[in-house]
Amino acid sequence: MNFDLSDEQKMLAEQARGLLTQRSSYDHLRKLIGATAEWDEALWRELAELGFLGVNIPEQFGGLGMTELDMGVIMEELGRANAAVPVMSSIILCADAICMAGSEAQKATWLPKLASGEIIGCFANSEGPGAVADSVTDFTDGKLTGTKTPVLDAGIATVAVVLVKGGKLAIVDLNQDGVKKVKLDSFDQLRAAYRLDFDNVQAEIMPGTNILPMLMDRAAVQAAFEATGAAEACLYMARDYVMERQIFGRALASYQAIKHKLADLAVKVEFSRSNAYYAGWAAGESSEDLPAAAAAARLTSLGAYEMGARENLQVHGGIGYTQEANCHFYYRRERMNAVMLGTRSYWSSRLIENQLSAKVKG
Amino acid sequence: MDFNDTLEEAAFRTEIRSWLAANAPAHAVPQGATLDDSEEVERGRAWQRAVYDGGYAGITFPKKLGGRGGTVIEAVVYAEEESKYNLPKGPYIGIGLGMAINVIAKHGTDEQRAKFIEPTLKGELTWCQLFSEPSAGSDLANLRTKAVQEGDEWVVNGQKVWSSWAHRSDWGLLVARTDASVPKHKGLTFYVVDMKSPGVDIRPIAQISGASDFNETFLTDVRIPDENRVGEAGDGWSCCMTVLMSERLGSGSHKAAVGPLIDYARNTPGSDGTGSSMLDDGRLRSELADALAEEQASRWFEARLRTMVSRGENPGALAGMVKLAFASRLQQTNGLAMEMRGLDAIAPSADDSDMHEIQGEYIWSTAMRIAGGADEVLKNQIAERVLGMPGEVRMDKNIPFDQLKG
Repeated sequence: MNFDLSDEQKMLAEQARGLLTQRSSYDHLRKLIGATAEWDEALWRELAELGFLGVNIPEQFGGLGMTELDMGVIMEELGRANAAVPVMSSIILCADAICMAGSEAQKATWLPKLASGEIIGCFANSEGPGAVADSVTDFTDGKLTGTKTPVLDAGIATVAVVLVKGGKLAIVDLNQDGVKKVKLDSFDQLRAAYRLDFDNVQAEIMPGTNILPMLMDRAAVQAAFEATGAAEACLYMARDYVMERQIFGRALASYQAIKHKLADLAVKVEFSRSNAYYAGWAAGESSEDLPAAAAAARLTSLGAYEMGARENLQVHGGIGYTQEANCHFYYRRERMNAVMLGTRSYWSSRLIENQLSAKVKG
Repeated sequence: MDFNDTLEEAAFRTEIRSWLAANAPAHAVPQGATLDDSEEVERGRAWQRAVYDGGYAGITFPKKLGGRGGTVIEAVVYAEEESKYNLPKGPYIGIGLGMAINVIAKHGTDEQRAKFIEPTLKGELTWCQLFSEPSAGSDLANLRTKAVQEGDEWVVNGQKVWSSWAHRSDWGLLVARTDASVPKHKGLTFYVVDMKSPGVDIRPIAQISGASDFNETFLTDVRIPDENRVGEAGDGWSCCMTVLMSERLGSGSHKAAVGPLIDYARNTPGSDGTGSSMLDDGRLRSELADALAEEQASRWFEARLRTMVSRGENPGALAGMVKLAFASRLQQTNGLAMEMRGLDAIAPSADDSDMHEIQGEYIWSTAMRIAGGADEVLKNQIAERVLGMPGEVRMDKNIPFDQLKG
């Protein structure tokens, strides 16, 4: 038993954190928003050069073939920095879906380019308000017709994995006639969202079936790492601010109302990290434990990030409501994290069903 | 990171399993059996003796003091396997192993180590803790029990409270004020006291649960020989800290408590009359799932702390997070379990042992939120020691104890 990251993983985290501290400062994020940038392309290229994008993609398809836990370590740092890069869309969802469901030819076509960051992929499952139930997007005789909205990062994407009627997943090259991208206003100003209209476009169905639950489990693990990093950033941003801020003749940090709030948040962050570690390990080493581990990590990370984003802004007082402060980046990104990958009740049910079936087996 | 046993750990686990299989059943208490206090303590002593003879008493404790000299992970493996049997291991054993031998090993004399440690590991001595007083709980250093030196003895007068199992203990860990002319933390001295000494009067406390696990202990002219003083006169506070740190690391629970409540919800009829169960109720389902996720997180978090300890790092106030979360979760989930049973939860049939246990846990959770560091104390410690936030304003810090108000 050893419940800590390896020295290599700690170095990986340090390397990622060092790069992000330099290249993805809050002032830099403000500039991206001011310039209505789609994304942080320069940062993406640097992440690609370091091999970070292909960490958990198999070596035969151009990745590094490392573990889910290694990827998680990087996701934690991307979450901490609130970086404006489409790793969740392109790597965690699109590439992973192709990895799990694609044919050898499909993998060989797309994965090396995704792993190297040469192209961006997106994941198109939503078709409007409410939970993602069965899709009405039609796939007949190699042609796909329908509308997906919103689709994150679609503006810069070359390829989309699209959920179609019957629960199958199709691969669509977005550089073709009949694909229309309509930019939407995104609540997260650092992650662009689009409506994708498909009118009788070329598409290929991936042969793998019933992969969605496992794809969501694996994505939930990575999202839990991302949320843990972000929640911890909120915790320490709040801590640093209240230590400086003087009120009624003493530091705001000296009031128990503030101390206890941040202590509660610290517990949530540590618990979120603990479940993420276990789920990251299970994703690589113990697949039968993955559904429950992923659901537990999802639930604890949602709670940690939600409290972190809200209470960090709250303890800042009025300045927290300004563009000048840095709380708003997380306040918006947290909702993004919360609404992607299914509702909270989906994960509650997934945890409870797996708890019950584990009992039957045990 | 590896959540599986290493080869050595797996070998140790196999060894423990077969030893327990051969020895534990004879000592296990049948499920649902209620033992008379004195019988429980006698069984506890007998089991501890068996553990000692097997070579598993004080696993992380140095060999030269009678322990096994093993690793933290071995202690964890042992505890995991032992917890599969319902063995008599109450505070009468736990306070000796978790507190007494630590404080004596660290602050005691060689004579005290020889006299107390090995007999405690053998189950021959049982212990209680005489710390809290009516006006000294979270603010322990505010205690008023007085010890005055007379020749080779100390004469003790005062009142202690919340001493678990004092009525069945051989020895007590006592802290008393020996100098009121200095600020409160500086005038304390630590002792071990023979609970059969004249002047020790133990009275049970009627608790809200109806049971009496705790006592008030009145000390009237109790004479303690100087050889039973632990550490120097005036150094009592650092001894207390040694004891309280072992309490923090020991608290919390590895028991899977939420799973049974999920089963219970599934076996409770739902509210829509169509054969559904309470587990189909969205709110209950969601709250139970959150509690289960937190319970699992706590388990892996504790595992991370143990990895720290096994490397010689001190988790400090991080350790308080486990108990802080556990106590509130216990209250929340058992309260929820009562809600899902409806009015029946107030007066269940006599054979509904699940609901009787749930009621008991709901009551007991209030004690858990106060004992071993109240929620508010633990949150202060996390804020101050983990996050580096300012300490509380202490009005009494540099004032001699005898000049404090109230």
